Amino acid sequence: MTRHAFLLVGLLAALVATVVSGLVIGAVSIPVADVLSALGGSADAQTRTIVVGLRLPRVLLAAEVGAGLAVAGAVFQALLRNPLAEPYVLGVSSGAAVGAVTAIVLGMTATSMLTLPIAAFIGAIVAITLVLGMAAAAGRGLDTHVLLLAGVVIGAFFNAVILLLVNFADLETFRAAMLWIMGSFNGATQESVTTVAVWVLPALLGLGLLARPLNLLSVGEQSAFHLGVDVRQLKLLLYIGTSLVVGVCVAGSGAIGFVGLVVPHALRLVGGSDHRWLIPACALTGAAFLVFADTIARTVVAPAELPVGVVTALAGVPVFLWLLIRHEEGM
Amino acid sequence: MSLFELKDVSYQYAAATRPALDRITLNVEEGALFAVLGPNGSGKSTLLRVMLGELETSAGSVTYAGRSSASWGRREIATQIAFVPQAEPMAFPMTVRALVEMGRYPHTGILGRMGADDRIAVDGAMERAGIADLGSRSIRNLSGGERQRVRIARALAQEPRILVLDEPTAALDLHFEMETFELMRELTEERSFTVVVATHNLNLAARYASRLALLARGHIEAIGAPEDVITADKIGRVYRWPVLVTSLEEQGSGVESPQVVPLSGGAASALS
Repeated sequence: MTRHAFLLVGLLAALVATVVSGLVIGAVSIPVADVLSALGGSADAQTRTIVVGLRLPRVLLAAEVGAGLAVAGAVFQALLRNPLAEPYVLGVSSGAAVGAVTAIVLGMTATSMLTLPIAAFIGAIVAITLVLGMAAAAGRGLDTHVLLLAGVVIGAFFNAVILLLVNFADLETFRAAMLWIMGSFNGATQESVTTVAVWVLPALLGLGLLARPLNLLSVGEQSAFHLGVDVRQLKLLLYIGTSLVVGVCVAGSGAIGFVGLVVPHALRLVGGSDHRWLIPACALTGAAFLVFADTIARTVVAPAELPVGVVTALAGVPVFLWLLIRHEEGM
Repeated sequence: MSLFELKDVSYQYAAATRPALDRITLNVEEGALFAVLGPNGSGKSTLLRVMLGELETSAGSVTYAGRSSASWGRREIATQIAFVPQAEPMAFPMTVRALVEMGRYPHTGILGRMGADDRIAVDGAMERAGIADLGSRSIRNLSGGERQRVRIARALAQEPRILVLDEPTAALDLHFEMETFELMRELTEERSFTVVVATHNLNLAARYASRLALLARGHIEAIGAPEDVITADKIGRVYRWPVLVTSLEEQGSGVESPQVVPLSGGAASALS
């Protein structure tokens, strides 16, 4: 077995362990044996309600969103040849949140399996187009500083738009909308788990199949072109794929930051930059990371709970700053 | 046989006031070592990018092997023509071998795996470029000259008929520069490659290239054998500096090639 395959099996085991502990740990601690029998359908009704009805959707949603955001981060980094690129930092998550909130405020959530993800997807596409457009207008293409500034400014703008939109809403809508800004798995349901799975898993599979041309693109667009990659078409597919993933994840749980930064970076240190390894590894590790972060978020100040975005930001900001400093030093 | 044929090719960048290329007509014969010369901003890189299909011509036609450049698929053309860029942004760490293996992409495709043929091609390319023992090193820890050889190895791993190099020796010391020119000569003379190289080194181009094109402000000032292109009059005019042209006889072969000596100080002002 190659080293990468060995590592992937290890990461899969870690994901399973994190998911199980996410089901075990909570306001009421449930022994592993009872968790397993509840999953098998044989535990008592109360245990089944807690494990299968409450915790399982939450853990599964966190896993899906973690996988999606980590892979989206890795793809953005290769696409922009910038280790600091990430859906949240680039303002793409905020754009998706505007899309989702607009749909909610307009009362279009009745068929939320379709409208909410599509609205968030459109928001994400608009945001990335604006950020790249701003960077291009500044005349320095993919310059790190311009991109990050554009992302921060666009993100701030979209957050203001969200606040503006929810001001017109009733109290319950306001609460729901605030979730999108903070990022939380509190509202996870079986339906949201299914919705995210239906959109995100095929998109992740598609991005994974593009791993080889993505490797070439990460070396430079000109080189990729001359090595036989249809660069324009590839970039279009990647932008659509990542926007879809980010949009649907944000629709499911709100704008959770830094997962797409921390996870790919750690995995590059462990196993290198080959996307044939990096993308599946990001999916597994991102899933485990967010399940773990959410377990912390709902237990550390129990019975109250932290937005999971707070936990990921506390972990992510130091990594971001460290990367920024290293980047400035010319790496 | 002509591999590249350019007919009345013009190209103008969006914001530019004058065309970067102005009605260029030239042929590159199979097996040639074709050097593109000219001052900064004369259109050398633009010419290469138009030949390679990276830029679409504003006017005129570019054909490769008798077919319009635009009609070649990306992967199909990448098995024919390989490009060695001057430099590459290295945002992520990567081993030398992983980078050279990218040269097999046009042969294996999106989902392809590296087979025995591919490994042999990669080994051969690394051997040929003199980096066989650098395979597991990180590209970031290499010197400029070594990185250049890695890019050449990747281009050779494509197993192309043509190698196109954009100022491959601009940042290299004398040793790597001579090695690169020796390699280009060997590829054309012993392996029936065709090489197109843009360079600022007039003297090495005059010694190694079989044919030269001298560009000035987007048009061809002179094209032909070294002794026809490298003259004191033409070089002095195009580069706006007075020069002497002497002759160098290669030791052993006795082949003569023109060599440019720029004048300095009093001699320069007296002549200009």
